[in-house]
Amino acid sequence: MNDLSASSQIAYRAALVQPARVHRIRGLSDKALAWLFITPTIVLLLAINIFPLIWTIYLSFTNYRANRPNVPMRWLGIDWYQTILTDPDIWAAMQVTAHFVIWTVLIETVLGFGLAFLIDKKFRGHGVWTTIILLPMMLSPAVVGNFWTFLYQPQIGLFNYVLAFFTGSGASSFQMLGDVTLSPWAIVIVDVWMWTPYVMLICIAGLRSIPDFIYEAAEVDRASKWRQFWSITLPMALPFIMLAVLFRGIENFKMFDMVNLLTGGGPGSTTEVASITLKRAAFESWRTGYSSAFAIILFVTVFGLANIYVKALNRVKSR
Amino acid sequence: MSIDATSCKPRRGFMDKLLRRGPLEAVATTIIAVGVIMLMQPFSLVLYSWSFATTLFGTVMFIIVSRVRE
Repeated sequence: MNDLSASSQIAYRAALVQPARVHRIRGLSDKALAWLFITPTIVLLLAINIFPLIWTIYLSFTNYRANRPNVPMRWLGIDWYQTILTDPDIWAAMQVTAHFVIWTVLIETVLGFGLAFLIDKKFRGHGVWTTIILLPMMLSPAVVGNFWTFLYQPQIGLFNYVLAFFTGSGASSFQMLGDVTLSPWAIVIVDVWMWTPYVMLICIAGLRSIPDFIYEAAEVDRASKWRQFWSITLPMALPFIMLAVLFRGIENFKMFDMVNLLTGGGPGSTTEVASITLKRAAFESWRTGYSSAFAIILFVTVFGLANIYVKALNRVKSR
Repeated sequence: MSIDATSCKPRRGFMDKLLRRGPLEAVATTIIAVGVIMLMQPFSLVLYSWSFATTLFGTVMFIIVSRVRE
């Protein structure tokens, strides 16, 4: 009886206290709470993304040099843009970038889709193999850059010895990073080694999204495996493949860290991709206005590609 | 007496069909892709010179048409 009265007293007190607490919490509306949580992110975004972008756009129209901050800025209009877009050296850097982007994306897509197709068969130990294949992707590009520089060493590098074993030539007879012909391919090999697993992951997602009943219907219609691949697997996984292609294309278009660590743009300018040229103009020649204009050109290109990427992403989502 | 059911369907003109988000986005996407190809192609310096303007036009068009009705 006492317990009952005690519990009823507690319930009575709770009933008295609770409305007041609720009232205090409800003092902030949902909208106000949302703004409270979003404001720090917006402020941070404005400070570290939007403001530098607007400032870069402004600098791209001036003769500003970061190593001479006291020299008064002069308005140049679109002079830097005209200079960059008629400069054969920058054009050559764009072609080096194109070579790098096209080959890496092509090889990564073919290998990534092939690996995904194999892993999707769910053979014994496929989980372990997936983890092993994903390992390169988890490493930092700085680590990968140093690691492969060591592997490419002509005297002690493992890569040269393996290649020499298969080709029969001397291990020290060629330099992957020092040769004009081989160095662009050396970077392509490292990027493919590192990022094929990523393409594989996206392709696995695409392959697993295909319902089994479509294959069952194809089996009933006595479609061959080859026919099933061309008529079901490839068309249905295509939006995911496109997504991987776009993502890798955008990433490789602005590739900097790996190229900088492996070759630094050399020998000569054979591996000088656009981002390396930009870095040289900005932090070696200190042509800040010029490099800002170049950065804006690269930004607009990446932004345009990102729009296509988002559109492809929405198409995948709507499936 | 027969009833013509098709006459009840609202008729859409050619421009009405064209000025929808889907086709316009496809046009903008194509312009962006052409701009990127122009930027990286090894054949003509003139095409390279106009690549930025093309990509910028495509991107601005994409931003505008993504607000057009579905």
